[in-house]
Amino acid sequence: MSELPGDLHDLTIVAAGAALRSGETTAVELLDAVLDRAHRTEAQLHAYLTLDRVGAREAAETADVELAAGSDRGPLHGIPIALKDNMCTRGVETTAASQILAGYVPPYDATVVTRLRRAGAVLVGKTNLDEFAMGSSTENSAYGPSFNPWDISRVPGGSSGGSAAAVAVGSALGALGSDTGGSIRQPASLSGVVGLKPTYGTVSRYGLIAFASSLDQIGPLSRSIADAALTLEAIWGHDPLDATSYAGVYPDPTADLDEGVQGLRIGVVSEFAGEGYEPAVEEKMAAILDDLSGSGAEIVEVSLPTVDIALSAYYLVAPAEASSNLARFDGIRYGLRLEGATTEELMARTRAEGFGPEVTRRILLGTYALSAGYYDAFYGQAQRVRAALRDEFEAAYQKVDVLVSPTSPTVAFPAGEKVDDPLSMYLTDICTNPLNLVGHPGISVPVGVDDQKLPIGFQVMAPALGERVMFRVAAEVERLAEFSARPLLEEVAG
Amino acid sequence: MPVEIDIAHVARLARLDLSEEELEGYKSQLGAILDHAAKVQSLQGDPEVEASHPLRFENAYRPDETRPSLDRDEVLAQAPETRDGYFVAPPAMELE
Amino acid sequence: MTSWEPVIGIEVHVELSTRSKMFCGCAVSFGDEPNTHVCPVCLGLPGALPVPNRQAIEWIMAIGLALNCEVTERSVFHRKNYFYADLPKNYQISQFDIPVCHDGYLDVVVGGETRRVGIERAHMEEDTGKSTHVGVGGRIHAAEATLLDFNRSGVPLVEIVSNPDIRSAAQARAYAQELRTLVAELGVSDARLEEGSIRFDANVSVRPQGETEYGTKVEIKNMNSFRSLERAVAHEIERQVAVLEAGGEIVQETRHWDEEAGVTHSMRTKEGSSDYRYFTEPDLVPMHMDDEWVGAVRATLPELPAARRSRYVEMGLDPDQAGVMSDAHAGVRAIFADAVAAGSPPRAAANWLTGEVTGWLRRTETDPEDLSLSGAHLAELVAMVDDGTVSASAAKEVLEGVLGGEGPPRRVAADRDLIQISDTAELESAVETALQEHPEAVANFQAGEKKAIGFLVGQVMRATQGKADPKLVNDLLTEKLSH
Repeated sequence: MSELPGDLHDLTIVAAGAALRSGETTAVELLDAVLDRAHRTEAQLHAYLTLDRVGAREAAETADVELAAGSDRGPLHGIPIALKDNMCTRGVETTAASQILAGYVPPYDATVVTRLRRAGAVLVGKTNLDEFAMGSSTENSAYGPSFNPWDISRVPGGSSGGSAAAVAVGSALGALGSDTGGSIRQPASLSGVVGLKPTYGTVSRYGLIAFASSLDQIGPLSRSIADAALTLEAIWGHDPLDATSYAGVYPDPTADLDEGVQGLRIGVVSEFAGEGYEPAVEEKMAAILDDLSGSGAEIVEVSLPTVDIALSAYYLVAPAEASSNLARFDGIRYGLRLEGATTEELMARTRAEGFGPEVTRRILLGTYALSAGYYDAFYGQAQRVRAALRDEFEAAYQKVDVLVSPTSPTVAFPAGEKVDDPLSMYLTDICTNPLNLVGHPGISVPVGVDDQKLPIGFQVMAPALGERVMFRVAAEVERLAEFSARPLLEEVAG
Repeated sequence: MPVEIDIAHVARLARLDLSEEELEGYKSQLGAILDHAAKVQSLQGDPEVEASHPLRFENAYRPDETRPSLDRDEVLAQAPETRDGYFVAPPAMELE
Repeated sequence: MTSWEPVIGIEVHVELSTRSKMFCGCAVSFGDEPNTHVCPVCLGLPGALPVPNRQAIEWIMAIGLALNCEVTERSVFHRKNYFYADLPKNYQISQFDIPVCHDGYLDVVVGGETRRVGIERAHMEEDTGKSTHVGVGGRIHAAEATLLDFNRSGVPLVEIVSNPDIRSAAQARAYAQELRTLVAELGVSDARLEEGSIRFDANVSVRPQGETEYGTKVEIKNMNSFRSLERAVAHEIERQVAVLEAGGEIVQETRHWDEEAGVTHSMRTKEGSSDYRYFTEPDLVPMHMDDEWVGAVRATLPELPAARRSRYVEMGLDPDQAGVMSDAHAGVRAIFADAVAAGSPPRAAANWLTGEVTGWLRRTETDPEDLSLSGAHLAELVAMVDDGTVSASAAKEVLEGVLGGEGPPRRVAADRDLIQISDTAELESAVETALQEHPEAVANFQAGEKKAIGFLVGQVMRATQGKADPKLVNDLLTEKLSH
């Protein structure tokens, strides 16, 4: 029935939406295409932990009925979307890729899930992640790693690696991830898709299994800037169930998508270059900056000296908050339980068994950083670094409209390369983590591939609630990059 | 800067029953990470630390209204052990 | 012989009687089936987030203002991290170094003396679930289990910490009672010790009289009535003095009061002291209590006991009576106010209410809510005694009748034939008769035995079936005997 060029699973959300409304396809067809694609790629990618075929089918059928009846819920109506498995879905297993939550079925939906349902989205399933979102490669999943569709011997990035791989390969038309130090943007960059971390407080965290409360944000991964903007609009907004949720006026992320960058001042963060940055990444960066200049933007060098210690602050704040957030996993009310003669024993044995090494490492680190005698030198001092960093960013935005950098210093690295070297793994987040510390939005745009056909991402950063100008610049970057490469994944029937 | 990390004490605080070998491994990894993290000490100046929210919120409350609670069966279905509507745990060693 | 000074501080936990819990919309409800008022937030499910109950914040502000505290302009919540089965998140959302209220005081009257007890702070936190120990089969240790009910988890809790300004067990009890009354009157808590909606812990130490350094303090828990609080504190003071006088040292620890045995027991000490790793709660934002908000809360405060006591004293009640009246049930106080408004002298009205009326309520086991006595009636009764319509003793009977619903005082007096004979002319003849019938008494009186007149008064009372106004009879007799 489809007269569309290419495969259904290759469509952007915008194109799929148009096709639904013109009658060229149906939600059920879209879902079938996406599930079929999953069927053919999962053996190699392991992007998913759970495929909710039954629930998705029901939602697709309902969407078709509603659309036919003229009841249009908006751009995500009938669109197959995947969810990172750290977002609670009522009645569907949610594990955070941890053994400690094996078989856990939440009795409630995360707010973003409620909003996606209300928007008529078809929730395909739950994607793989680094356990409790702690990691940059999706190799820390207790259920096995995910792989990069561009080269299955390499990682898709992390922690939202499953979502990134699914969108890249077409086993979902869009996905949600979560970003605490770069966990949406970095995998988006490594997997050649768009990944957005919105302003802190604009997307509800209610129902997101917490990693670091003051850093976590949920955001979309998609194949186009327009898709990201539409998905953002469907999920963001004040939530009375989240006390950190922004209750003021939200900008319109789509307003300036076609405006171009004439007259805008674009700041290049000078600290995000040099040693450790792959030549292909830096070359592509320079090329895009040239193009932006050609499009009428003023390119300015901006120095943010405090970003040199931002990662250090991140590796104190994030584990500290995580050590407290993960204390609730104790074998008493849900999840894994190992027996013990006393509750202390039960809890300690359950947690030692249920948490993987990276999670254990961070809990120990965080507990230490908060403990008596060390609080001020570590956690307390890290909070001061955050304040200083925020002052620096805000001062920069007096001089420029947006800041830019590579999303990651490297392209996708081989699986297993950094697993035994936590510090080198952490360094892949060097360009992304500052935004989590200050709460500002950032988006990764795929801009090209290196000579091994591995994707390169370009990051656009904006001040708090600056999504409008951020999307404006990102849209122009997308236009200039003309990124049309597709992962050459040989389909293998799974 | 602390020299010795009492890793056994930290593991006890965090309720993680790890072996001696595991503890030694984590201890040296922690040491390396903390060396990196200690760079925060090099911060110049003494910025005012408000709570970390970038949009500087205050006063987020809810009205004193009840909302439906969860269905107990759904709640207890996830529990490892229950009895007569209660969650069951072994006795506690310490009294808080 | 050393003279020892006890130094006592009291920590109070008050459960607020809000409709919903502190951080979620579950109902605050007691005695229901376990785990029927729980949700992701108060159960500590993954992904749940707290949102503070605005009413609870206003009520802790009210408590603080009633305790003459400063309300902190910008306050925050902290996480207190520790593992315990009844603490679902294994951290408690509480407050560390920036409590909502600080530096207040409560005046406590003990034995006629007023003692000002400083209040260090009042802060907001959430309650834990309830654990019950049960045996499972025959063997004691290996067979025990803990049953957990999270209905109470997340109930708003205000912790009030006093300065160590209390100097005796009696003062400790008075402080606790006064605080309890205050909180109940504010309408923010049921404040029932037996139900656990108010809980007291005491910190007790002793030092030689005149010494300014504090001794080692011991925390006492498990005092479930005001009486046991007083007993426990008194016992602990004695215990500590005995230890010190025998040359020993006080161990800093927590001790458990055993009501039956009348002693405190050492609780098993935990390994090391707790490291709660406090940090600012990242899921919540700061609270800004500006002058406007504080003023609005202040305006909602009812008249507080101390102010009411002063007002009563100004009305003419003596301090003790003012205290009793001030602590009386609101309905009783309303009758008092109405009686005074209807013209009764305040003292007389107070006397009746704190005396006969209270006695009647107790005897008949009536709830003060159900009193059928109006202020106007009381004023009427007072006036009837004053103008001699009924004797003082007859008035008690009249009151019984009014309380029993027989009608207003005048009608009851008439119905029960209690109206005194105050007519001099009427009494003259009875007086004359008594004088004539008892010449020995007359002679005794005139010989100097003044008490003989009492016998004669009695005779007249008998002759008039007790209805003569005894004062008037006395006056008449006195007059006649003087001639």
